[in-house]
Amino acid sequence: MTSAGRCFHCQEPIPAGTTFCAKVAREEQPVCCLGCLAAAEMISDAGLADFYRFRTAGAPKPESGADDVWSTYDRSEVFTPLLGREGPLSVVNLLIEDTRCAACSWLIAERLKRLPGVDRANTNPATHRAQVAFDHTRVGLATILRAVAALGYRPHVLGASDTLEIATRERRGALKRLAVAGFGMMQVMMIATGLYVGAREGMDPIIKEYLRIICLVVTAPVLVYSGRPFFQGAIASLRSRHLGMDVPVAIGLSLAFVASSWNTLVHRGDVYFDSVTMFVFLLLLGRYVEMGARHRAGSTAEALLRLVPATALRIQADRRERVPVASLQAGDHVMVPAGECFPADGCIVDGRTEVDEALLTGESLPVGKARHDTVAAGSLNVGAPVVVALSAVGQSTVLAGIVRLLERAQTERPRIARLADRAATWFVTRVLLGAVIVALIWLWLDPSRAFEATLSVLVVTCPCALSLATPTVVTAATAALAREGLLVTRADALEALAQVDQVVFDKTGTLTLGKPTIEQVSVLRGSAEQAMALAAALERGSEHPLAHAFDAVASTVKASDLAVHPGAGIEGYVDGQRWRIGTAEFVAECSGPRPAALPEAPVYLGDADGWFAAFEIGDTLRPEAAQTVRALQERGLTPHIASGDYATAVDKVASQLGIRNAHSRLLPAQKLALVQNLAKNGHHVLAVGDGINDAPTLGAAAVSVALGTGSALAQASADLVALRGNLATLPLAIDTARRATRVIRQNLVWATAYNLVALPVAALGWVPPWLAAIGMSGSSLLVVINALRLTRVKRASHGVPNLTSALASAT
Amino acid sequence: MSIIFILIPLGLVLVGFAIWAFFWAVGDGQFDDLESPGWSVVSDESPDPGATPRPDSTRPS
Repeated sequence: MTSAGRCFHCQEPIPAGTTFCAKVAREEQPVCCLGCLAAAEMISDAGLADFYRFRTAGAPKPESGADDVWSTYDRSEVFTPLLGREGPLSVVNLLIEDTRCAACSWLIAERLKRLPGVDRANTNPATHRAQVAFDHTRVGLATILRAVAALGYRPHVLGASDTLEIATRERRGALKRLAVAGFGMMQVMMIATGLYVGAREGMDPIIKEYLRIICLVVTAPVLVYSGRPFFQGAIASLRSRHLGMDVPVAIGLSLAFVASSWNTLVHRGDVYFDSVTMFVFLLLLGRYVEMGARHRAGSTAEALLRLVPATALRIQADRRERVPVASLQAGDHVMVPAGECFPADGCIVDGRTEVDEALLTGESLPVGKARHDTVAAGSLNVGAPVVVALSAVGQSTVLAGIVRLLERAQTERPRIARLADRAATWFVTRVLLGAVIVALIWLWLDPSRAFEATLSVLVVTCPCALSLATPTVVTAATAALAREGLLVTRADALEALAQVDQVVFDKTGTLTLGKPTIEQVSVLRGSAEQAMALAAALERGSEHPLAHAFDAVASTVKASDLAVHPGAGIEGYVDGQRWRIGTAEFVAECSGPRPAALPEAPVYLGDADGWFAAFEIGDTLRPEAAQTVRALQERGLTPHIASGDYATAVDKVASQLGIRNAHSRLLPAQKLALVQNLAKNGHHVLAVGDGINDAPTLGAAAVSVALGTGSALAQASADLVALRGNLATLPLAIDTARRATRVIRQNLVWATAYNLVALPVAALGWVPPWLAAIGMSGSSLLVVINALRLTRVKRASHGVPNLTSALASAT
Repeated sequence: MSIIFILIPLGLVLVGFAIWAFFWAVGDGQFDDLESPGWSVVSDESPDPGATPRPDSTRPS
């Protein structure tokens, strides 16, 4: 799995001139840094080297030399509210960032189990969660967190939140109900087949009665146990004086069951137990899948909440003290060191720094902040330590507001499903009215046939085909896309995706890999190598994203007295000479006005003698970008690029991909305006971002896709998340969405047509109830089967070589 | 045909047993995580992972 020149642990390229070697399973393996070296040897020493054999993605890079932020978790006022009890053991729920595959989860669990005092460690790769039970007298919470962090993963303490428990209980309950309904349905179907055949071929009346009683016995628990949510929902919606979908379902179920039971007991008429159990099972199945999607979406809200640190440094009467964030109040002064998140909203009273506000503005580059500027909870202080006077804490912060918005968005159902619900409700009230009228007319004409005809009307027009039409399709399409690594987080997304005709791509990290590389060095004096070496030596002191472009450069000179000027650049001394690297303005302060010979670039280098070099920083295209853009154009979509980057860089990417509409140097607000303008002109816009990107843009578009390799932030505001960060799933998603909309329309047309034809025929008394039951089941079945066609995704359409499908076609 | 008077109740008893077993499994948390337990198999048997290197082809890609 390792390739030459890549780090054995994190799989990133090894910088030239680095010779770290880790001893893993008695073999020397090259690694890129001390952090990876420590992690790899620790994994090997713990007997966990299997991880390297079974993992499916590179391990995250551990942060070397980071301050020990975990020790605060050993303070009793911090950990006490976070721990649950389980007999003598303490239990903590962790959310672990950067777990990339099942082997990662396994590694974490194994590592934790080997800590003395840890009784049990369960990790779940799907939810990125871990639950650890430990003896608090033998091992501290901080030790556990430190062990996870040492492996390179970032643990977050979720606290003793009930949401996890509630979700587990809900899922377990739904599974049990589904099982009872499924088993019951199979039994009843089997016996009902016998009854149907018996009705044609003739059957001993005793056996017939016996089989009917068996059906009744099996259906009763299915209705009472599995069908309970429908009855509860119906009662709740009747109480709130609103005819929800549960009302017709509950009425239909109870009428069919009561009528069948009555017929069984008085030995005449027909029974519909098979319809009852099948209806319950199919509806529960749809709800189960819907619940799964909801739970997964719920974890995004939690991902946002975890941005707030657990503790903060409060300054009171010149005394600094680490306190839990929950104890902070508006008006408190807190000190926020570089590299930590702001615990609450506030205003800077001392110091100046740079803040990563990707959460609010979507701007991935840090913003300069000085006294009197406001900062928001959850944004990251990347510059220097500052003192903040808090203005809003806890639930009143901007971040908490975002989380609330998200939660509200996630509870809403798709518009088209609501429409179908409303249609079904409208339909059901008419059917009930119609049934009453039919009953009255038949009572007047021929009382002996009144019950049968009324029942036929009720059964034949059962709205289940109508109400199943949309959810089954949405479920099937969602499941199909999830298998391709595309998670649909908002229910409306499919419908919107089918209509899009414009795609707005972000550039950095979306069309490109988001890893800056040096494209061109222009020097005024000296050589390019010299310029690179100087730049690399100076940039060692910076964590700025652009500085990472120089990470791979071996530095032959040493810089001293490095001073980082937030938002400008770095100053340092090489051989006693003062050098500056950074923006044009910053270098000009030291080297005089910029000579025209140097091209416009994001990074300059100069000393007191004058300007030295300009570095053009570029970014490599994603391998699948060109193919994706072409596939989207074939589907009639117009691609746009909206980027905050320099025009030259944007135009280059645009021409490589054949995109005509490229917009460069856009502020987040301008990107937003671009999307809104397109929407105003009647276009349906799809926005694609990498996560650290514009949340507003993603939010304003009709539908948005975030790449799962980015941060959790914009994944939370996107409608779809490409989990594997693969753009090639986009055309596939659009195909699936278009097919889904087509199938929904087919289903609705079919269900309506069936009901329109069946209703008058049944009202005339021409349909015996057993035929009505078959008709109803048949129409529902047709709808479900039609929806299931969507689960077969045409892989060939996205055209990216896929190992499994290649192997499958080869054999 | 009178055999069905025994066989069908017998079948229902079996179904009842199956449902009981499923309820037990759900309550035991066996359906909470369907992915990671599969990986625990690979860890238990080799305390010294360097001893039995496997060919590349067995690695998941």
